[in-house]
Amino acid sequence: MSVASHFAYAVTVFLMIAGLFIVIARGNLIKKLVGLGIFQTSVYLLYIAPGKLIGGTAPIVTESYGVYSNPLPHVLILTAIVVGVATLALGLALVVRIREAYDSIEEDDILAADRRAADAER
Amino acid sequence: MDVAANLPALQVVVPLVAAPLTVLLRGRRLAFAVVLLAAWTAFAIAIALWLRVDASGTISYHIGSWAPPWGIEYRVDRLSSYVLVLVSGIAAVVLPYSWPSIARELPPERHYLFYTMFALCLAGLLGMVITGDAFNIFVFLEISSLSTYVLIALGRDRRALLAAYQYLIMGTIGATFIVIGVGLLYLQTGTLNLVDMGQRLHGIAGHRPVLAALAFLTVGLSLKLALFPLHQWLPNAYAYAPSAVSSFLAATATKVAVYALLRFYYSVFGANTVFQRLPMEELMLVLALAGMFVASTVACFQADLKRLFAYSSVAQIGYIVLGLSFDSLAGLTATIVHLANHALTKGGIFLLLGGVAVSMGGVSLARVQGMARVMPLTSFGIVICGLSLIGVPGTVGFISKWYLIVAAIEKGQWWLVFLIVISSMISVVYVGRFVEAAYFQAPREGVRGRREAPLAMLLPSGLLVFATVCFGLATSTTLGAASLAAAELLGGMR
Repeated sequence: MSVASHFAYAVTVFLMIAGLFIVIARGNLIKKLVGLGIFQTSVYLLYIAPGKLIGGTAPIVTESYGVYSNPLPHVLILTAIVVGVATLALGLALVVRIREAYDSIEEDDILAADRRAADAER
Repeated sequence: MDVAANLPALQVVVPLVAAPLTVLLRGRRLAFAVVLLAAWTAFAIAIALWLRVDASGTISYHIGSWAPPWGIEYRVDRLSSYVLVLVSGIAAVVLPYSWPSIARELPPERHYLFYTMFALCLAGLLGMVITGDAFNIFVFLEISSLSTYVLIALGRDRRALLAAYQYLIMGTIGATFIVIGVGLLYLQTGTLNLVDMGQRLHGIAGHRPVLAALAFLTVGLSLKLALFPLHQWLPNAYAYAPSAVSSFLAATATKVAVYALLRFYYSVFGANTVFQRLPMEELMLVLALAGMFVASTVACFQADLKRLFAYSSVAQIGYIVLGLSFDSLAGLTATIVHLANHALTKGGIFLLLGGVAVSMGGVSLARVQGMARVMPLTSFGIVICGLSLIGVPGTVGFISKWYLIVAAIEKGQWWLVFLIVISSMISVVYVGRFVEAAYFQAPREGVRGRREAPLAMLLPSGLLVFATVCFGLATSTTLGAASLAAAELLGGMR
């Protein structure tokens, strides 16, 4: 139980917190998506790091190898990466359209514009 | 090929295949026909599965004939067949409505994309319910969520874009929390099959990673089901989405998230882990009550009817979670029966509001003044659904409230009965605001010439309103299915 043996977890947790912090703390819509990307990426590490055994090989049954690494996490994360890419693409597309509609990608400006429009309606 | 044996796979595959077909066909009529056919087929399959589960018990379907826990298993038990019928049934009603509705809200060249997204969303929701694999739940969740973001962004108002963006951020955080939870469970058990996972967790239920997984899953799913105070995305998303989308989402999306929560709590962790090792009962009770009171009160101050009823949805989610917090048969029955009851009621209201938007040019309280004189049927329908939200006898809302009160009395918590009644009184206020505007205020200028929404929109809405009353009087179908499902869940892991 040393810090080194938990290195992967430390990195995972750092990325997780950093990503989540960016999503919450930043008002810029693009930066929020960057934070979201980092947050999602941290999970890839959470899955993949424990799947690796030092000295382990691909799970092919032969007599020369006895220690295998688990390939399933990689497959799962491949799916998660696809989902992440789709989310990011959709998010960026929405930001482009928000920019066209509001002429800004700062959350504060957009909300202020909405408030002005709501006041004008009244 | 034996179709009957492959029904569980077809349940998801039919709408999933319909989605790319619409993109290839392009024409809006063809796209509509394909998706309508797919949704009705899905509904028929769901009913067939329901009957089969009712007759011969849980169905376990092995995808590609790979035996679980190695292969992916589709598992249909009483609860999942109940939710499958609910989701596909609402889709089957909302789709015919969407044809005249989106014709007024979207440019014609985008119609086929609406149907693509609708089919994908339906496939994702059905997949979440039917699958017995933890990672599959996440993948289907993302299929339904991503298509939902697009559907919301189709709204005419520019605020729909921001609502979709905010839902995308919140929804993705929720989904990522769910993956973290599933990942922690996978690291502990080495399996992704829910049943297998539940058995392997038996001996290690108190380990800290398992409890951490429980926490991540609870927060992630609570985001998706809009449990107070994680509901921030919901009001704007419902308010600015196209009418057909608001109705479909209000009736299904949050309900499926509740289903996933029940599935994880009762089939994987077991009620003992959830409710006895952690103070979940108290936590859920407090959040549910906060949702019921705060969201209902906020609803009373909304000027826009779609927003008003969106906040009411958050309050109704409070009732659903309240039933869960009792951890008893009566409480769980209330939760499950309210899934369907609220779906019918709120689906009906949002469909009718779509008609109001068409005829009156908007859904703000100022616009609907004197509406009852020109749109008597629509107004009456909204009032009936409103009565169901309040919980008046004769409507489905009463059944849910009744079981909640029974559960509270069973636990000896009389003060809770009092609180449930008080929170219903708050819903009298917000439904009353609609009644006052529509029935007791003089029509604005130019309203006299307005007429009812087209018949193609009225009929599906009327069907849901009819169901609201029908299942409120003849309760055996929904209530019977719900109590059997609750008993099965509770009997599973103790």
